[in-house]
Amino acid sequence: MDSVSIQNAPFSAAEEYSSVSSDAGECGAVVLFTGRVRAESEANPVVALELEHYPGMTEQVLEDLMAEARRRWTLGQIRVVHRVGEILLGDEIVLVAVSAAHRREAFEACEYLMDTLKSTVPFWKKEIRQDGTSHWVAAKGSDEKAASRWG
Amino acid sequence: MVLTVLFFASLRERLGCNKLSLTLPAGASVADVITTLAEREPGWCEAFEQGQCLAAVNQQMVKPDYLLADGDELALFPPVTGG
Repeated sequence: MDSVSIQNAPFSAAEEYSSVSSDAGECGAVVLFTGRVRAESEANPVVALELEHYPGMTEQVLEDLMAEARRRWTLGQIRVVHRVGEILLGDEIVLVAVSAAHRREAFEACEYLMDTLKSTVPFWKKEIRQDGTSHWVAAKGSDEKAASRWG
Repeated sequence: MVLTVLFFASLRERLGCNKLSLTLPAGASVADVITTLAEREPGWCEAFEQGQCLAAVNQQMVKPDYLLADGDELALFPPVTGG
């Protein structure tokens, strides 16, 4: 049904898709989102991220979020995977996959989970640039706005 | 009362500390803890003034006026940036 993994190791989106789409045929839609490490700049690109979390609270907040998604939409399976530790350029950071009978619920629930994850779940990102400098990413007003539209 | 205080991300780095134990009079709020900590070490006042500080008690988000109890785990951290 619902499952969360917070892990150092890379994950396989293909394997996660297989797992979320394994049902008896009741779900006609699967929406899967992955977020990846982006270079941000050509002159001094991001080469890696360092992801920190609050063990215990992070899992609990994610589980509460998935329960809230189930209250709002009729869903099949929900899967959330988030990496922590060092994540290299181009690698996947996060995966949210949702199955539902029809596409509307699956799209909306996936977007709700991602928007709310970004502004409420305890993860913090540090960017490491090619020149060796690093800095903590500041929270974006646009992310908060994206989350607030779900009420 | 005795509290465990945890720090995360940029706040943890600015303080140079990830965890400490703090003894305070009963009835202290989260805001009182931050005021006490800001006086604790040189540079900590500035560390708390740089950027917003959020709080969770026993892993639930709380407001600065939340009243703490003996044995609570208080976590202080900047706004989250996952995903």
